[in-house]
Amino acid sequence: MSTASEQRPTDVSRRRFLGYVLAASTLTVAAQLGEGAAAPRAEAAVPGVPEPADLYDLNDMLTDATLATANLITITLNPDGTASFALPRAEVGQGITTSTAMLIAEELDLPLDKVQVSLADARPELLFNQLTGGSNTTISTYTPVRVAAATAKQQLLEAAAAELGVPLSALSALQGVITAPDGRSLSYAELAVKAASLTNLQVSVTLKPASAFRVIGTPQNRVDALDAVTGRKQFAMDVQVAGAMPAMICRPPTINGTVVSVQNQAAVQAMPGITDVAVVSTGVAVRGRTFGQCIDAVRALQVTWGPGSEDAATDATVLAELRAAENPIVTPPLPLLTKAIDARFTFHFASNSALESNCAVADVRADSAEIWASVKAPITAQEEIAGRLGLPVGAVTVHVTQGGGSFGRKLFHDAALEAAEVSKAMGKPVRLMWHRTDDFRHGRVHPMSISRVRATYSLGQVLTLDQRHTSVATEFGHGLGEIITSSVAKLPVGGLTFSETIFSLTQQTPYNFGVTTQLLTEVDNGFHTGSMRNIYSPNVRCAQELIVDQLAAAMGQDPYHFRRNFLKDQRAVAVLDKVAQVGDWGRTMAPGTAQGIAIHPEYHGFVAVLVEIDCTPATVNRKIPDAVTGPRVTKAVCAVDVGLAVNPKGLEAQMMGGIMDGIAVTLTSSLHLDGGHFQEGSWDNYFYTRQWNTPPELDIIVMPPTTGTPGGAGELAVAGSMAAVACAYGRATGIMPTTFPINHDAPPAFTPLPTVPPIPQSPTDGLSRAY
Amino acid sequence: MPSHTFVLNGQQVTVDVEDDVRLLWVLRDILGVTGPKYGCGLGVCQACTSHVNGRAVNICCVPVSDVQPTDEVTTIEGLPATVGQELHPMQQAWLDMDVPQCGYCQPGQIMAAVAMVLQARAAGQQLGDADFDQIRNICRCGTYHRIREAILSAQTKF
Ligand code: FES
Ligand code: FES
Repeated sequence: MSTASEQRPTDVSRRRFLGYVLAASTLTVAAQLGEGAAAPRAEAAVPGVPEPADLYDLNDMLTDATLATANLITITLNPDGTASFALPRAEVGQGITTSTAMLIAEELDLPLDKVQVSLADARPELLFNQLTGGSNTTISTYTPVRVAAATAKQQLLEAAAAELGVPLSALSALQGVITAPDGRSLSYAELAVKAASLTNLQVSVTLKPASAFRVIGTPQNRVDALDAVTGRKQFAMDVQVAGAMPAMICRPPTINGTVVSVQNQAAVQAMPGITDVAVVSTGVAVRGRTFGQCIDAVRALQVTWGPGSEDAATDATVLAELRAAENPIVTPPLPLLTKAIDARFTFHFASNSALESNCAVADVRADSAEIWASVKAPITAQEEIAGRLGLPVGAVTVHVTQGGGSFGRKLFHDAALEAAEVSKAMGKPVRLMWHRTDDFRHGRVHPMSISRVRATYSLGQVLTLDQRHTSVATEFGHGLGEIITSSVAKLPVGGLTFSETIFSLTQQTPYNFGVTTQLLTEVDNGFHTGSMRNIYSPNVRCAQELIVDQLAAAMGQDPYHFRRNFLKDQRAVAVLDKVAQVGDWGRTMAPGTAQGIAIHPEYHGFVAVLVEIDCTPATVNRKIPDAVTGPRVTKAVCAVDVGLAVNPKGLEAQMMGGIMDGIAVTLTSSLHLDGGHFQEGSWDNYFYTRQWNTPPELDIIVMPPTTGTPGGAGELAVAGSMAAVACAYGRATGIMPTTFPINHDAPPAFTPLPTVPPIPQSPTDGLSRAY
Repeated sequence: MPSHTFVLNGQQVTVDVEDDVRLLWVLRDILGVTGPKYGCGLGVCQACTSHVNGRAVNICCVPVSDVQPTDEVTTIEGLPATVGQELHPMQQAWLDMDVPQCGYCQPGQIMAAVAMVLQARAAGQQLGDADFDQIRNICRCGTYHRIREAILSAQTKF
């Protein structure tokens, strides 16, 4: 047995890191991104065969990828006593500027409102270190950011010790002020220049123990909330760049259609406000004084279009392709009397369109280019734009702007690439924005997939669980592919494609179900795809949790207790117990209503969700104009354990958003493919969760720290809530749902907009609808 | 080119632009007032919601020629001044509840919420759970629940 005093040195050494003081006129400190992030990982010891993601998951790969580079992130202490940091990640609503400011405030002992976190331009030297994805930001920056801030504090203390003539150990730092035992004090503002270094120094610093945290782990409001509620927050289309006039694209009627000829280019160019018309690779670009006039011009263009890549495709043809490609399940010989449950689930195309449609500002000159856009892989964007323009990478500057949502969209830089092409073609700066209708029809989609799950059980044990997930291919053109290539030797899986690698690194079965296999097969189509607040998990988990409910029923057990008995991890049990208790699992429910419960492990974290759903006709048939009402989730309870929640309030917000997404993909939102294009063209066609679908009761519980290090959060709740809502729906109606969203095959709830012209005109009745 | 005059956030402005250009673009592209956001241009998403004479309007659906010289157009930037404060109580409630995530929808959400409260008040009522079904604003980040809480807490404060 070890004593506390024996443990202490180890504890301190685990918190000791190298920081850098950089030569500068005011105190400037740095740390290696990735350094120290390689804390030893406990390997899970589980009965049965561990799956790859149990041992080494996507986040381990992303974190390890950041270890390879020796490049620095830098905090500057300004002479006014504030600290500045340019975060090499994209803020798209997930709250990382706030949580990063908290890390700095913590180690620097500076009030949170004196920390300014901006978004760094593309920094090619960071290689893999500037990709915002897989909920990895906090996991990979947690230590380096604190190391830099601790270095700054140490330098300030040293400068204060010299100034005040007292030993460093006698000084205390609080809220940006250093105080000596005799009461004399110096503010960081007074010390910032004095603490600066003439040369680069390497110093050893010790991070605060968790017991001393004053900021980390406390609920904080977002640092950018005031800007958001006053309209001052600047998104890409709000950035004023001289001469960058609005631009839009006239797009083909079908996906990837091409321009054969334009009949009336001169006439359109002469329209009011229009300055330029140019054919580009994705359609015909127009530039004008206002976006309204660009819409007019797009609608007026007469274009002969060539065929697209999927002109004959419908939901049914894609589904047939998936079925044909599905790998069989081969179950080993099993004992007599073994029973099986076998089901196949369909997940339809869905749109990851954010409320801010695809957009970017581009100013392309003969020998340089400047881009403003919210991009999560700015280095890849910079390289591709340079390639497209025929410029050296160094001649392209990519400024990362605040993003109006991402959900996977901003891993790609479709609009930035297009804006660069348009600016070059016209020889002028442009502010390019996609019309909403284009954003749904030509924007990236979450691929359609099917998931077959077969489980066998006998004598109270689950013997096998096999899952065969077959999906339209997901594109990984944003830097993850390169990370996989460079990490290949470390991966617990070999000989897989990029997608198969991601699949095997993310998908886990949280239960002791004997021999479990989960395999991905992809069908490569001509669709523009991407993740949607996760790639596979919501669908894979949803299918698996529905089967878990079936197993529980077949084995005569309650869904909650069944899960509890088979869960591998105590952290999973804890969140499950929490929602069962807070959500009053098992309470008597009226006919047509039911509870559902589900669990999801990912990114070193666990989430459990309990929902109540109302499927009674009175609720399902509620009439709201141009809306899908349908079954209503009346209550959602979510418990989340991410190891350490840096900002519990921000984590709650991420869970809330994830739950709304889970409700949408289960009950209401999908894209319908027909005749080579998606039918949806507006938010009243694509039924993302609205107020009338929002659970009136919502309870989110952030679990106390467990591992002491933060896990990923941005996507966790989508899978948990999707599965819980699906299970609740199955229990309320007595029929396990197998098609998602459940209303996909119902008669369409809208009349599709035309494809020629490609975008609708804005109505003119605004004043008459005033309220 | 026709000339259009109206009152924008308390100041009279005159713009030379074609009659049919929607107010959203006149504000954003010509006058540089970027609080109102584009989310559809179809009167659906409500991201552009601003006030005309104190009532909520989708300004992506208002030709600039529909606005008269005496019409008062208020965007999120001008909302605090309507109550003579630094921040409108609705904005303050939004901060208290930490509503925004990406923030893109929030100017429109706040402008819609203020108008709904005023409309209910004119009818001698307060907003309750059932009334939230009438809020059509999209929030793709899913902040709906905090929006409800913020409205309920602010509705008696102005
Ligand atoms: S932009 Fe006006 S309602 Fe969507
Ligand atoms: S906060 Fe992002 S759309 Fe509402």
